[in-house]
Amino acid sequence: MTTVATVSEETGSPYALSHLDALESEAVHIFREVAGEFERPVILFSGGKDSIVMLHLALKAFRPASVPFSLLHVDTGHNFPEVLDYRDRTVEKHGLRLHVASVQDYIDRGVLKERPDGTRNPLQTLPLTEKIQAEKFDAVFGGGRRDEEKARAKERVFSLRDEFSQWDPRRQRPELWNLYNGRHAPGEHVRVFPLSNWTELDVWQYIAREGIELPQIYYAHEREVFSRSGMWLTAGEWGGPKDGETVEKRLVRYRTVGDMSCTGAVDSDADTIEKVIVEIAASRLTERGATRADDKMSEAAMEDRKREGYF
Amino acid sequence: MSTITTEELAETTLLRFATAGSVDDGKSTLVGRLLHDSKSVLTDQLEAVERVSASRGQEAPDLALLTDGLRAEREQGITIDVAYRYFATPRRRFILADTPGHVQYTRNMVTGASTAELTVILIDARNGVVEQTRRHAALAALLRVPHVVLAVNKMDLVGYEEKVFAAIAEEFTAYATELGVPEVTAIPISALVGDNVVEPSANMDWYGGPTVLEHLETVPVSHDLSHCHARLPVQYVIRPQGPDHPDYRGYAGQIAAGSFHVGDSVTVLPSGRASKISGIDLLGEPVDVAWTTQSVTLLLEDDIDISRGDLIVPSKDAPATTQDIEATVCHVADAPLTVGHRVLLKHGTRTVKAIVKDIPSRLTLDDLSLHPHPGQLVANDIGRVKIRTAEPLPVDSYADSRRTGSFILIDPNDGQTLTAGMVGESFAAPEPVKDESEDDGWDF
Repeated sequence: MTTVATVSEETGSPYALSHLDALESEAVHIFREVAGEFERPVILFSGGKDSIVMLHLALKAFRPASVPFSLLHVDTGHNFPEVLDYRDRTVEKHGLRLHVASVQDYIDRGVLKERPDGTRNPLQTLPLTEKIQAEKFDAVFGGGRRDEEKARAKERVFSLRDEFSQWDPRRQRPELWNLYNGRHAPGEHVRVFPLSNWTELDVWQYIAREGIELPQIYYAHEREVFSRSGMWLTAGEWGGPKDGETVEKRLVRYRTVGDMSCTGAVDSDADTIEKVIVEIAASRLTERGATRADDKMSEAAMEDRKREGYF
Repeated sequence: MSTITTEELAETTLLRFATAGSVDDGKSTLVGRLLHDSKSVLTDQLEAVERVSASRGQEAPDLALLTDGLRAEREQGITIDVAYRYFATPRRRFILADTPGHVQYTRNMVTGASTAELTVILIDARNGVVEQTRRHAALAALLRVPHVVLAVNKMDLVGYEEKVFAAIAEEFTAYATELGVPEVTAIPISALVGDNVVEPSANMDWYGGPTVLEHLETVPVSHDLSHCHARLPVQYVIRPQGPDHPDYRGYAGQIAAGSFHVGDSVTVLPSGRASKISGIDLLGEPVDVAWTTQSVTLLLEDDIDISRGDLIVPSKDAPATTQDIEATVCHVADAPLTVGHRVLLKHGTRTVKAIVKDIPSRLTLDDLSLHPHPGQLVANDIGRVKIRTAEPLPVDSYADSRRTGSFILIDPNDGQTLTAGMVGESFAAPEPVKDESEDDGWDF
């Protein structure tokens, strides 16, 4: 039997949790609240680092039992192959059930139309919300963090969505102590954000501490990219590069993973987790500012998408 | 950029704090200054603020735009809701509940303060202690925030005069102490210029105390657990169905207060059944001891009936259970709370039916006067409430435990959160010593 009652020099008290332990404990509490109060919860799983950390926390929360949730991936049709491969291996390894909502399917059926700029990020909302309704999910875990964007800074841990999955920032429930209110009417659901209080750096420090495997595109590698609106985009079947855009081979890595058409890579030689952490800590750009084209569309781009049901 | 070392990125502690200030006290500037000077505002965020400020014809970037996240807030130039901010120094990580100063948003300050270990109350040095300051101090006392910082702002506008600061600090500290605030740290600052926020001020060499950030970095975040009542609200029963763990039955939850050791005799409430802790799992790893706020799984020697909503406590330190709760509440919903209101009460992990039996008084925060029998409480009101629950609950006094002494009321019809409740007496002022024999264990 081991004991963890060590006095930390840093904290000066045997009973102060480290910031990672405090955040981990809070996230686990949130997972267990949902397991205790909801009928059909699901974890949004994209194969990105935040959803990978979420799943890791869920696995720890219910040990030695298995995770009492299934996974849901909104597949834009423009995903990085390395990430899809990671997704499928993870599902198999933990014996989980994966639901897929496919944007390509909606486009093929003529329900959704490809945008002129080729970005599929805003097109995810309809497949996501219809899947939630069809499967009658009543709690949907998302990896959103309040540090990502200022509309997200206003987000609750338990965020009620109406039957159209809409978020109304003016009608949010105050969240007091750790007493989360999960009441909802039939047809409504609650979006749950266990990583609300984590920052990008916390996520990376936790990945390092726990030895969590990530898709390789998070680490520096040589890749064929071209420049558009100040970002390095991956050349591929999704429609880039266009005329006048030239492909070159660069040493890059990704800070976020999303749709290939709007997720940019950053120049980097950080090929280990230690180097990534030092790079993030020194970066003068936010994760989204550096790598997400869709958030630059307007001052309220995220708020508007969230109102419609986006994660 | 090259100054960051891996040592600086070690695990540190986490401090949750809240800010309170009136509309023009410079709260946004202080928050902006803390974020900016701790290098937590990144280039693209600053560029966005500059872009928007310029498009509105403002000459200097408006740092309040960093914190006003919603369209309506930017349009109206006010903060309408609590927002959470994150920043870090090599010594500590901070979660800041940035709460609006408007009087009609008492509920937002209550929301922010409910999870805060510290609150920063801002004062304009030119105005001194005003009604709004007393309101903020009363809320900090009511919510029992362990540490209060009085930031006397705009010192540059009063000639950095020591006697101005000293008079305000003395008046505030006397008032706060009377309310039972355990600790007040007063700091003279200028958020605009940056005096004593992150960097020590060259303009106030008479001040020998810490800067705001230094204080935030060093204030203790853990408490002496030997005097805490140990409490574990059971969230979920973990029962693996697989052949590897045929007999595993664990009670999962986040320790709300105190500590638990393997071998402790425990009682499960409300049933009152007793057993012994045979093991503690900390997220899959066995440990000998666990404490607040760790999320753990307890294993017991006896196979007794325990489910979500139960409370595991040391047998020698069990609270009595009761169906009659008297509490101070802050009403947070737009629809009023009335006598006879049928509600749901969530305490720990248990939600029970309840009825509002009486509203004996409403509190005016300005002068702490009590108005008897107001009939109802409307949004942002604070009052005393008597509640009858459908099932017995093991409640502590909020003075003893912020986790197991608090509850929320929920509207059973639409699920709205109605009210934040704190069991027992309102303020942390010393109470008269009571005769133990008269004490029925819960009714303070």
